[in-house]
Amino acid sequence: MDLWFSEFHTKNVKLSIKVDKQLFSAQSDFQRIDVFDSKEFGRFLTLDGYMMLTEKDEFIYHEMITHVPMAVHPHAENILVIGAGDGGVVRELTKYDTVKNIDVVEIDEMVIEVAKKYLPFTASKFDDPRVHIFYQDGLKFVRKIENEYDLIIVDSTDPFGPGEGLFTKEFYGNCFKALKEDGIMVNQHESPFYHDDAVAMQRAHKRIVESFDKCRVYQAHIPTYPSGHWLFGFATKKYNPLDVRADEWNSLGIKTKYYNTKLHKACFALPNYVQELLENVEK
Amino acid sequence: MFTNKLNQDRMPIIEALEEMKAARLVPFDVPGHKRGRADKNLTKYLGEKAMSIDVNSMKPLDNLCHPVSVIKDAEELAADAFHSKAAFFMVGGTTSSVQAMIFAVVKRGDKIIVPRNVHRSVINALILCGAIPVYINPQIESNLGIPLGMNLEDIEHTILENLDSKALFINNPTYHGICSNLKAVVELCHRHNIKVIVDEAHGTHFYFSSKMPPSAMEAGADLAAVSMHKSGGSLTQSSFLLVGKSMNEDYIRQIINLTQTTSGSYLLMASLDMARRNMALNGEKIFDEVIDMVQYARNEINQIGGYYAFGEELINGTSIYDFDTTKLCVNTLDTGLTGIEVYDILRDEYDIQVEFGDLGNILAYVSVGDRKADIERLISALQEIKRRYNKPRSTIMQYKYVMPEVKVSPQDAFYANKESMPLKMAIGRISGEFVMCYPPGIPILAPGEYITDEIVEHIEYCKQKGCNLTGSEDLEVNYINVLK
Repeated sequence: MDLWFSEFHTKNVKLSIKVDKQLFSAQSDFQRIDVFDSKEFGRFLTLDGYMMLTEKDEFIYHEMITHVPMAVHPHAENILVIGAGDGGVVRELTKYDTVKNIDVVEIDEMVIEVAKKYLPFTASKFDDPRVHIFYQDGLKFVRKIENEYDLIIVDSTDPFGPGEGLFTKEFYGNCFKALKEDGIMVNQHESPFYHDDAVAMQRAHKRIVESFDKCRVYQAHIPTYPSGHWLFGFATKKYNPLDVRADEWNSLGIKTKYYNTKLHKACFALPNYVQELLENVEK
Repeated sequence: MFTNKLNQDRMPIIEALEEMKAARLVPFDVPGHKRGRADKNLTKYLGEKAMSIDVNSMKPLDNLCHPVSVIKDAEELAADAFHSKAAFFMVGGTTSSVQAMIFAVVKRGDKIIVPRNVHRSVINALILCGAIPVYINPQIESNLGIPLGMNLEDIEHTILENLDSKALFINNPTYHGICSNLKAVVELCHRHNIKVIVDEAHGTHFYFSSKMPPSAMEAGADLAAVSMHKSGGSLTQSSFLLVGKSMNEDYIRQIINLTQTTSGSYLLMASLDMARRNMALNGEKIFDEVIDMVQYARNEINQIGGYYAFGEELINGTSIYDFDTTKLCVNTLDTGLTGIEVYDILRDEYDIQVEFGDLGNILAYVSVGDRKADIERLISALQEIKRRYNKPRSTIMQYKYVMPEVKVSPQDAFYANKESMPLKMAIGRISGEFVMCYPPGIPILAPGEYITDEIVEHIEYCKQKGCNLTGSEDLEVNYINVLK
């Protein structure tokens, strides 16, 4: 059998992964959800045909969106995670005993159900007593909150489809309001490489810069995402993203496969063309 | 639910267009783009399907000026859907419907009662036909700064002073969603042999939802112009002119043919045909969804504080006899911002385009095409704007209604010899042009009106308040054209 999953990264480029078998396929109220098994990447989840995570490389994304802010904020206790129905961010956050509360806001209940059933490697900590799940539009959720969270992690899909509202100025502004005075917001920031992705990335950056005084961008290498070169946004009210509390973090003994405190400083060093893209919208 | 006599599932114009395409007709007629083959760029941009139905009138497709087959059938279906005696496909926008209504009920020298805040196109129609306007003061809700409906007592008073009036023109609902007591207005006018013509541009949905105030045809009006392209879903510039039972539809067609194009666009007509079908079959459900979405938005916006998304609670039995609950109109004044400021910030900073912003309000046009996620964006953006820009409420300009004195018909004034003079020197003369004040969009002067010291004073006041004055040749309104 010669069965392949393909995703177009541009009109002229596609990534194909040989599929062993398809485990799940359904249309929720918001999107089409599919789960496949593959030889090379293990199990993987797609939403509306776009790759969300694979068993083999999800650790990169989930570690980098979680540990970078957690190693900067000295007492991140109350945390809001938006999106993240696969459970990967929650899994990383529950590694911290100091975290007291994790609110997860996922618009699509079916994603969490599917993750619990088919993606046990990410959806392993939804039953931690500190985790509270809200099935709601993320934009609506943050609208009603003021000065409450230490950290907001925006683990969104792409800026079209159900995740669209999470790339808007009104969303970032509301996140600013929902954070405490020393709060941090970290977000999935798209890729700088292909043209259309770069435009979306710049738009997101522009909207964040308009809402937060201090904004930095950091990078990671995620093989199954378009171009493999991926960015994260780090918007902060007080702490400097480069002030990693290395000794303190290392003493926690959290096991990671990608993140470490040396890489922390390095991941903020961006290629020239990326810096230029960002600077172009910062003015 | 509304019941129909005909099979509303049918779309005679679209069916005929499909047959024409299937017959692979060789086009040695206009338009010269020949189904899009002449300029591939335009075809690529608009799509082959759109180009393939941009065709000329021909036997199987009927003719808009003298319909005998498919357009006639489609118009009969529309009349059935709107419960009117007849319905005309209009391809020159609702403006052309409004003008046709006026030409149908008044001629040179006849009087027509109109609210002072009528659209400019109405006065332009009077310039063309030579009728004389008799104005009624639209009440202004002073806290919200919006013009209201027509008061029954005001109309009666005006009729008694002008018993020779031939027609009354009314906007129902208004842009802001305010409705008059249309049934009573029609009864009153008909008692005095006055025809009632209704600009129903913002009320297409009244015909398809049982939760809406009565439509013009239901209220017994003589003619109504409905903008199918607003809440009905057809293409921009397409519209229906509806005919009530007292009118002779063949005469109306003659009137329409005075000014309407002889090569009506089949894109526009097809869109009217399809939109009519959709409204007739699914309108009730569609507008239930819109009403729910708007009510949700209204509740959420009213919880933010500083904004007032008004609704049915405004109803007062007279100037606000009823309210169109599909209209999401938000008063912004308690945030310290004017409606225009919020309108601009929404577009410039939040990529949200709303329908309009006036002195105190914004109007977000909500239709079945909207998604819940977009409603959330609008609500969240309004909340952010308040958080970022909130300031103490500023006093809003009090609009003063100056009763116009019509000395000469708009037509005579328009064509008269004129001279320009400084505004203050013009007191006692007759204006040759418009002076409009935005907001609230009510003319202070129209061609043919007497210029009094009170009017000059009011123009100066509006200038001081930073209102946008338009209509006159001198953009600053320091000079005005008056009749020689």
